[in-house]
Amino acid sequence: MNGPHASVRVVLPYHLRNLARVGDEVHLEVAGPVTVRAVLDAIEARFPMLQGAIRDYETLQRRPFLRFFACEEDLSHEGMDVALPAAVVEGREPLLIIGAIAGG
Amino acid sequence: MSSVRLLVGTRKGAFILTSDGKRDKWEVNGPLFGGWEIYHLKGSPVDPNRLYASQTSGWFGQTIQRSNDGGATWAPVGNKFTYEGTPGTHQWYDGTPHPWEFKRVWHLEPSLADLDTVFAGVEDAALFKSTDGGASWVELAGLRGHGSGPHWMPGAGGMCLHTIIQDPKDLDRMYIAISAAGAFRTDDAGKTWKPINKGLKSNTIPAEEAEVGHCVHHVAMHRDRPGVLFMQKHWDIMRSDNAGESWQEVSGNLPTDFGFVIDVHAHEPETLYVVPITSDSLHYPPDGKLRVYRSRTGGNEWEALGNGLPERDCYVNVLRDAMSVDSLDKCGVYFGTTGGQVYGSADAGDSWKPIVRDLPAVLSVEVQTLL
Repeated sequence: MNGPHASVRVVLPYHLRNLARVGDEVHLEVAGPVTVRAVLDAIEARFPMLQGAIRDYETLQRRPFLRFFACEEDLSHEGMDVALPAAVVEGREPLLIIGAIAGG
Repeated sequence: MSSVRLLVGTRKGAFILTSDGKRDKWEVNGPLFGGWEIYHLKGSPVDPNRLYASQTSGWFGQTIQRSNDGGATWAPVGNKFTYEGTPGTHQWYDGTPHPWEFKRVWHLEPSLADLDTVFAGVEDAALFKSTDGGASWVELAGLRGHGSGPHWMPGAGGMCLHTIIQDPKDLDRMYIAISAAGAFRTDDAGKTWKPINKGLKSNTIPAEEAEVGHCVHHVAMHRDRPGVLFMQKHWDIMRSDNAGESWQEVSGNLPTDFGFVIDVHAHEPETLYVVPITSDSLHYPPDGKLRVYRSRTGGNEWEALGNGLPERDCYVNVLRDAMSVDSLDKCGVYFGTTGGQVYGSADAGDSWKPIVRDLPAVLSVEVQTLL
């Protein structure tokens, strides 16, 4: 039996938008507790070309130069299974996946 | 009418340069995959419209792109490169064991015989194979597993498998090269491998003539003489006439035998091209003059080719996969620089013209001759 679904907004970094051929924001239906892991599962299921681009294939850990932000907070070190803020779960705020500012 | 298509990988995207057989007017398309490092693109010998590209990024990892229409459209295919079994360790720069970690694909080599088979040389050094057009990849683990893997060590650019050469007369035979492990050969389609480094001397490693540990920069072969190999080592131009069983130095009268690229004329198996670079500390041409050197004698005797190339104030490098030859008559020769220029010669190197001048740093150049 399916549990409740949340409609989550996600903002991908520029290069991943191009890779997935999507616009500024994607809207995802996320089942069960809305965590970073659940959102990434939903992203990768819908956009298989993003597998390995946000988190490592083997360890499933966040790639080092990417960060997760929402509601003006850095969630990158909160753990993959911590519930996201209510504003994200309710679709009022997006989860931002951001590339570190570095490089030439 | 014949035409040529240059596939150019750069630090910030890919470019496709096309011309008719005269090779004097070029159309430049790109950037494709703008902002990504494109280490290599290459077309299938079976169907030149099938292209593969290695798209990589320090932020987002590895993507493999495939085109079925000569580069007009592309789609990402498989990007999962998992080492077989327990990856084990290789030597780190300080000599300590370091776990094997996948970083990127340096070189893609489509099969000579099958449209959907393609090989990938990766960092940390290993060879992968896809038989479904790049959708999935399996390591040919006999290479890392033949015994010397724990002693391989990265060069300054990383521990990369950068050269893959198939023998057109014996498809079970392939050659690969790794910086800084050396060259290897398989005679059973990749199941088992042997190092082929006898005769290489590297005075920067503890044992100058060790079985592995040599920083091979590139290897080239003429398709009609697959047992004859030419190598640009870190220092030294080398030649083997017995499929790599032994090597002899043929640097001859070059102003310096440091460099990265080496290639063979399409119709003259004894005509070679290199671009001498000052030294391993000075990665630019001697005296600020960009010169290709050609040997028509299989090495040892070299002539400078500078007609149309910068005469002064040129301090670019030419990286290992950034030279290619077409198969038109006369043979076209092309190379790209870290300064973003792609130079072409439509007369086997006698004269050169810039095709483009201001691309991002060029990582690779491959040419397709379209008949």
